[in-house]
Amino acid sequence: MPSWPSLPRKLHGPSVWALYAFGLCPAAWYFYLGATGGLGFNPVKTFQHLLGLWALRFIIATLAITPLRDLLGINWLRYRRALGLLGFYYVLMHFFVWLILDRRLDFSSIGADIAKRPYITIGMVCIACLVPLALTSNNWSIRRLGPRWSELHKLIYPVALGGALHYFLAVKSITFVPFIHIALVVTLLAYRPVRKPIMSWKRGKSRVAQATR
Amino acid sequence: MPAYRPPHIPACEITPRAIFMSRRQFMGTAAASFVLAGAGGALAAPLTASPGPFATDETLTPKEAVTTYNNFYEFGTGKSDPSQNSQHFKPLPWSVKVDGMVGKPKEFGIEELMKLALEERTYRMRCVEGWSMVIPWIGFPLSAILDQVDPLGSAKYVSFETVVRPGEMSGQTGLFQPLEWPYIEGLRLDEARHPLTILAVGLYGETLLNQNGAPIRLVVPWKYGFKSIKSIVKISLVEEEPQTTWKNSNAREYGFYSNVNPAVDHPRWSQATEQRIGEGGFFKVANRPTLPFNGYGEQVAGLYEGMDLKANY
Repeated sequence: MPSWPSLPRKLHGPSVWALYAFGLCPAAWYFYLGATGGLGFNPVKTFQHLLGLWALRFIIATLAITPLRDLLGINWLRYRRALGLLGFYYVLMHFFVWLILDRRLDFSSIGADIAKRPYITIGMVCIACLVPLALTSNNWSIRRLGPRWSELHKLIYPVALGGALHYFLAVKSITFVPFIHIALVVTLLAYRPVRKPIMSWKRGKSRVAQATR
Repeated sequence: MPAYRPPHIPACEITPRAIFMSRRQFMGTAAASFVLAGAGGALAAPLTASPGPFATDETLTPKEAVTTYNNFYEFGTGKSDPSQNSQHFKPLPWSVKVDGMVGKPKEFGIEELMKLALEERTYRMRCVEGWSMVIPWIGFPLSAILDQVDPLGSAKYVSFETVVRPGEMSGQTGLFQPLEWPYIEGLRLDEARHPLTILAVGLYGETLLNQNGAPIRLVVPWKYGFKSIKSIVKISLVEEEPQTTWKNSNAREYGFYSNVNPAVDHPRWSQATEQRIGEGGFFKVANRPTLPFNGYGEQVAGLYEGMDLKANY
């Protein structure tokens, strides 16, 4: 397996905090643009859309950690919690912009939207599933839940699929940007069932390489 | 005798600093207008029109919004794509072919159409996506040209077609094309003949910009915006309901009639309210209730008497 230059251990912690800080920059920047008239003529829709898109990007990044380690030998496991939580924060912001700025807290129309429109129903179910994941994204919960923690966090797979479906259903037509995002989610999820055979094949190969050395 | 005598220059002959300093700007503008003229663009030339009927007294949507926040998928699906990607489109020369079930089919040159009695029509425009504008169009009733071609008694519908020019319209090339081209729209003949229905050749006192459907487009103010087809090259009178683009693309979401109706939801969102573009303070939130037939019920409700508007969305 190729080796990559690794970050000095003492920078591991700060690099995670830097990721949180950088990760929240798009939201802050779009909020600033929207509040100062820089997001075009329909800023609520644009802001909402961009937050949703970044939520999906962070979820995609979360899903990419395992294949990056398996296939390229890049170990970014220490960033996975931050990426997942950033995804959750963006989902929450996406949801609150819809609730407050778009629907203007008109709860009767919000209820009707959730009940009648499949893509909104899917979005709400995904948020509900993300809450326990976010609440257990800490060392204490990992220790406390033991093996059940891994089982619980497999919920990210249906959530990612739901997020992609939500995006697919929300756009009027599939153009390049939605296609790329949805394709990445599908590819990363499709990797999971084939992961075991790929890994055992790789291990077998390296064992053979060692034996013939 | 001095070796050199400076010439005497009267004050009136000295070019003011601001003007000579703006020479580059002048040259730039001149070059740009030459390029535009060379490209055959009839871009924003002044138009004169008489005030027309049905004008709303609502606040006009700023011209910048009307010319930069557009849906014109031939130039891309983003709202700013049409204004950014349409500069190579050549709206001149242009002609509109009117054929089908007519006694006298005819090809109208754009110059001929511009000579018709032009009126300013200030209409509300409601997009199916839930936003709206108030736009001062310039144009003439569609009936003015329908009258010239003698529709036959068998003609029941009017079908419209947008130009197909992949070389000039970036949305018509590439892997991810959102729709099938040409873009087709249609009206029932009585809708087409209704005095509210116009062919627009300008807005805000000038000829149409490419992103707004230059050089000629339909405006049907009581229907969702996508019915108001842009850059029209063909108008056909037909017996059967035309196979319109959005209906073909997703019949459950976009019907043939597509009359603005707050009581009939789009499957994915409510149509009860709309965001008025260019208004509002923080994040430009400016929601208002959507009106049946976009507020033109008094004029057009009679066209649909006895019809189930929920089934014929």
